Parts: sequence; structure tokens; C-alpha cells
Amino acid sequence: MEYIGIIIVAIFVNNVVLAQFLGICPFLGVSKKVDTAIGMGAAVTFVLTIATIVTFLLQKGLLEPFGIQYLQTITFILVIASLVQMVEIVIKKVSPPLYQALGVFLPLITTNCVILGVAILVIQKDFTLLSSVVYAVATAAGYALALIIFSTIREQLALTKVPKAMQGVPIALITAGILAMAFMGFSGIDQVF
Amino acid sequence: MNNKTMTKNIRVLINGVVKDNPVFVLLLGMCPALATTSSGINGMSMGLATMFVLICSNIVISTLKNLIPDLVRIPAFIVVIATFVTIVEMVMNAYLPALADSLGIFIPLIVVNCIVLGRAEAFAAKNNVLSSLFDGIGIGLGFTLALTALGLTREFIGTGKMFSVSFFPEDFGMTLFVLAPGAFIALGYLVAIFNKIQRE
Repeated sequence: MEYIGIIIVAIFVNNVVLAQFLGICPFLGVSKKVDTAIGMGAAVTFVLTIATIVTFLLQKGLLEPFGIQYLQTITFILVIASLVQMVEIVIKKVSPPLYQALGVFLPLITTNCVILGVAILVIQKDFTLLSSVVYAVATAAGYALALIIFSTIREQLALTKVPKAMQGVPIALITAGILAMAFMGFSGIDQVF
Repeated sequence: MNNKTMTKNIRVLINGVVKDNPVFVLLLGMCPALATTSSGINGMSMGLATMFVLICSNIVISTLKNLIPDLVRIPAFIVVIATFVTIVEMVMNAYLPALADSLGIFIPLIVVNCIVLGRAEAFAAKNNVLSSLFDGIGIGLGFTLALTALGLTREFIGTGKMFSVSFFPEDFGMTLFVLAPGAFIALGYLVAIFNKIQRE
């Protein structure tokens, strides 16, 4: 039950893009087509899950026993950066089709603040390893969901007449605002769990 | 320092605020721009924190640019940036706990702010220390001004206040603008207005 609560909250109530404002740059950057949105969503899910497990173990096994939590930011970002590189190399070797699908998105992920954000959030929220993993997967699912919905809207938007100054990013931002408003309708569901 | 380099540096500074404004023109660093601007003062603090990191990392990276091997330059830059972010984080927790609370996770996330790494790679790694300092100030100032403007807009429409000075009763405000959707909508309109002004 606890895990269902975490999943629902992470996907709908506290959606990572629309309520917590993490990963906005790729959200605006790769959401012009549905295909790329799906690819990015999958890549984020993959890296986020692995990164959360690794950083969680590092925090509990290395930083906390030695009392050097202040090195958290610097350790996490280095681990994430090298992890992304490693994942890229491994996928390339093990599964070329998967690399074909996710390859272009992987380098972009290092600077995606979702990864570092979630790694820090699960420590702040005092989750156990299992709930951290559940939270990470659910957050990534929420990210993919927002990205895919937004990209379908933007495909329509590309065909619409928009005032010159509003073209491109401004109208996309306002659309995202309306989408965020729709997601606000989910708030309160978490009271059930 | 002669006159010519000074004019060049001033131009670098002004470019950072207007022509290359990180938020309104380059559309970088959107996450903190949307998340921390629920009020003018929060937006300004976030801007200043980023500006500090940007100036320090620009100075250090342009000083060390000849010592850092090309192959490992990105990780090296990240370490420099993360160091200054940790300093900001620790100082803020010690002296401004309330502010640190309201900015929350976005202080450590300055590390992955594309503006900081972007300027390190695009400017500090190629220019001398002094121009890098001016570039840091310019871009930092542009970022701070953008965040303050967005924060003030949201605070004014949402609660009728500007920097906590009341202009109209709070009950008439549109609370939506203080919440998440308002951030997107307000930024969308501000970027559009900036586009319009720049074109003319």
C-alpha cells in the first residue's frame, strides 16, 4: 500500500516536471516529436533507476559512516556523470538496437537535473532502498508521461497560427502551464493513501 | 589596462544582461527560474547564489585552463563548480536557514544548471581571467534580473505584493500564479514580451 501511494504521488500529484520543475530543459528541447519524447522518457527511466541505487548505496555506505555528507553534491554529480558514460558503453556493446534507440539521449542526461534531483530527494526523504527504487521508477514514469502528453500537444501546436512574438518557446511554456493546471486536479488523491 | 580592453569587457557584461540573457534569450537554467520564483526575494536570492558560483567558477577555470588536459576538461569543470556550490550550500544553511529551506533542493542543483557549465566551456576555457570575470558578472546579473522580474510578476499577480510591500488586498490576487502553473504561464509571457522588445 505504501508503495502504491509513492507511485501515485510521484506520477500524478507531484509530477516531476509540472509540479517540481525538474528537467525542464529536455522537456522543452526534445518534446517537438512524439518519437523523441518516448526515447528520452525511456533513457531517463533507465539511467534514473541505476543512478538512484548507486548514489543511495554510496550515501549509506561511504558518506554517512565517514561523516562526510557535505561532499554529497560533488560525489553524486561525478558518479552520475561517469555512470552515464558507462551505461552508454555497456548498452553499445550488449544491445546495439537499444543503443540505436537511446544513444542520442544519453549524453544529454548528465545535465538533466531530474537525475541529481531524485538522488538527493530520496536521501532527504529518508527512504529505504526499496522505496527509493520505487520512487525513482515512478518519477521517471511521470517524466515520460508529461513528456509524451506535451509532445502530442506540440505536434498540434506546430500547425497552429501563433502571434510572432509568442512562437516557439513562449507558447510552449504557456501550454505547459495549462497542462500543469490540469495535473493540479490530481492533488488531494494522496490523502487516500 | 588600456581603454580598448575595458570597452570590450563592458560589452561582454552588457551582452550577458541583454543580448545573451540566459533565461529570456538562451532559455537556459529554466528549472530554477520556474521553481524558485514564487516571490521576488526568492528569485533574487537564487539569482545571486548562481551568480556567485558562476563568477567564481569562471575565474578558477580561466586561470586553470592551460593546466587542465583537454580530455578530462568537463569532469574537471564539474568538480570546480560543485566545490563552489557546496560552499554556497553550507554558508546558506549556516546563516540563512529560512532561505535555504525555501530554495531547498535547487541550491545543490546549481551544479547541473546549464548556464554555469555552458559559460565555463564556451567562455572561461577560451578567454583570460578578467574577461571571464566580466562574463560571469554579466551573465549572472542577467540571470538574477530575469529571476527577480519573474518572481516579482508572480508575487504581484498572485498576492498583490512586491518584495512583501502590499499593493492591493491579497484576496484579489490570483493564487494560481504563486503555484506551479503560474510559473510556466508568467515565464511564457515574459519571454514573449522580451522577444517583442528585442525585435524592435
